[in-house]
Amino acid sequence: MTKRSNIKWFVLFTVPLLFIFTIVVIIPFLIGIYYSFFEWDGIGANPKVFVGTDNFIELWKDEQFLRSTWLTTLFTVLSVITINIIGLAFAMLVTSKVRSANAARTLLFMPYLIGGLILGYIWQFVFLDVFTFFGEITGFDQVFFNWLVDPEFALYSLVFVFTWQMAGYIMIIYIAGIQAIPNDVIEASKIDGASKWQRFTRITLPLLMPALTISLFLTLSSAFKIYDVNLSLTGGGPANATELFAMNIYQEIFGSSNYGFGQAKAIVFFLIVAAITLTQVYMTKKREVEM
Amino acid sequence: MRKTTNVLKAVLLILLALFFLSPIYIIFVNSFKDRQELYDNALSLPENFSFQYYIEAIEKMNFLSALGNSLYITIISVLLIVVLSSMTAWMLVRTESKISTVIFMTLIATMLIPFQTLMMPLMQLMSSITENLNIPMYNTREGLIFMNIGFHASLSVFLYHGFIKSIPITLEEAATIDGASKFGVFWRIIFPMLKPITATVMILNVISIWNDFLLPSLTLIDTNLRTIPLSTFFFFGEFTIQWNLAMAGLTLTIIPVIIFYALAQKHIIKGIGEGAVK
Repeated sequence: MTKRSNIKWFVLFTVPLLFIFTIVVIIPFLIGIYYSFFEWDGIGANPKVFVGTDNFIELWKDEQFLRSTWLTTLFTVLSVITINIIGLAFAMLVTSKVRSANAARTLLFMPYLIGGLILGYIWQFVFLDVFTFFGEITGFDQVFFNWLVDPEFALYSLVFVFTWQMAGYIMIIYIAGIQAIPNDVIEASKIDGASKWQRFTRITLPLLMPALTISLFLTLSSAFKIYDVNLSLTGGGPANATELFAMNIYQEIFGSSNYGFGQAKAIVFFLIVAAITLTQVYMTKKREVEM
Repeated sequence: MRKTTNVLKAVLLILLALFFLSPIYIIFVNSFKDRQELYDNALSLPENFSFQYYIEAIEKMNFLSALGNSLYITIISVLLIVVLSSMTAWMLVRTESKISTVIFMTLIATMLIPFQTLMMPLMQLMSSITENLNIPMYNTREGLIFMNIGFHASLSVFLYHGFIKSIPITLEEAATIDGASKFGVFWRIIFPMLKPITATVMILNVISIWNDFLLPSLTLIDTNLRTIPLSTFFFFGEFTIQWNLAMAGLTLTIIPVIIFYALAQKHIIKGIGEGAVK
């Protein structure tokens, strides 16, 4: 086989995908950086005015953007914590040797398949009707009311629904992690007289670090980028109290036709997502233990 | 003693799972009720099953057309992703050179780019290709399939790459000595061996393409091109006050997902687990 024919095969096998990938991802990414230095309303006939780094400076004066930053951070922190705790708890429950474990696992995973937009609509009704109904019959109307009309609770409702969507998915990852723990380690600790709690904190948790790395990465990056649930559940309301990053950028570009400014936000969004997820992966990877 | 606690545990586990899914129950039972019954008690079973709202929702959502579009876009996208990304990943693993590393690293790095960073320039590019080169990329299902391939290339190549690295090269060498071309080696020997990871790649891509909203909402403008998430969105915009109608619409959108899950449940759970470990 000659070297030249190897190159021919390499091109034949890889170029179709790489060609599509370049057009869809690489070129728009580069054009996106370019647009972020311009002021433009998105209409082809209108001029693009070069403004240098002005867009990036203006960002820090945009109150709704700063507010979105804070809301997104709060939403992400809360979601990552609840999803991982509930996901891990589910995983511990369904890996115990009881008969219904498999059925439970199948059911708990289901919300993830349905898709964010539709989940948001389903929960809209639950908050509107069922929560109010519970509030009336139990008298706990401080807790059970339509969360979507309260600026603070509307954000919690997003955390709630997003947790409902993701917990089963994260559960599957923790299950894979738990099943990878060799049985003899557990047996040895039982013989040594470790309590259930000791076994969980000293053996299971440290050996679950690789699963934790992946779960944190997935929850962190998807919480930061959330859009569908945000759109269908709260639509950013009430009074923009739940307008998260992704929605703020969409509004700036397609809602207000500030293409250049919105694109600058989008670039900053990319930098934040990249910085946070890379830091997290680096930090948790360091804590993984070798068997 | 141990046995009774286990039974108790089993029952509790199922109750927990059913409680977890209760919103789906609520949507389902209320899709049959009339307005008065719905507001009286949203939790009770319907007194008489009326499919009236389903008929209305199917019509108003243009459900059959949306289902067709979703199926077409998802199936074609996923098949092309599987074919193209497995071929690419195989070449990248088996060709040890700088260019393979650079390509692979670029693919991985772009996974960090959120869609919002690309959406505006991508739409500009697609409409300019449509206008200037006369290739219908914008507002067509085929254009959306093209974009789906690009957006799902990274993860799919990454999954195949990890799997192929663990396959010994000897089999391929033997086939090559026997005179098989690279094409033959890949399709006859390698691709069948990739079955487990192909299942994972397919499942992950089906879920994300089927449920995708933002990209189709930017690309598909014509009403008759709408996918299920798109038609749900517009349906809610227009009929949100009529909750019984909305509920029937939501149940309709969930049915294909439940059928898919029932058919491939084991593979889906296994596939997600394996995809994560890689």
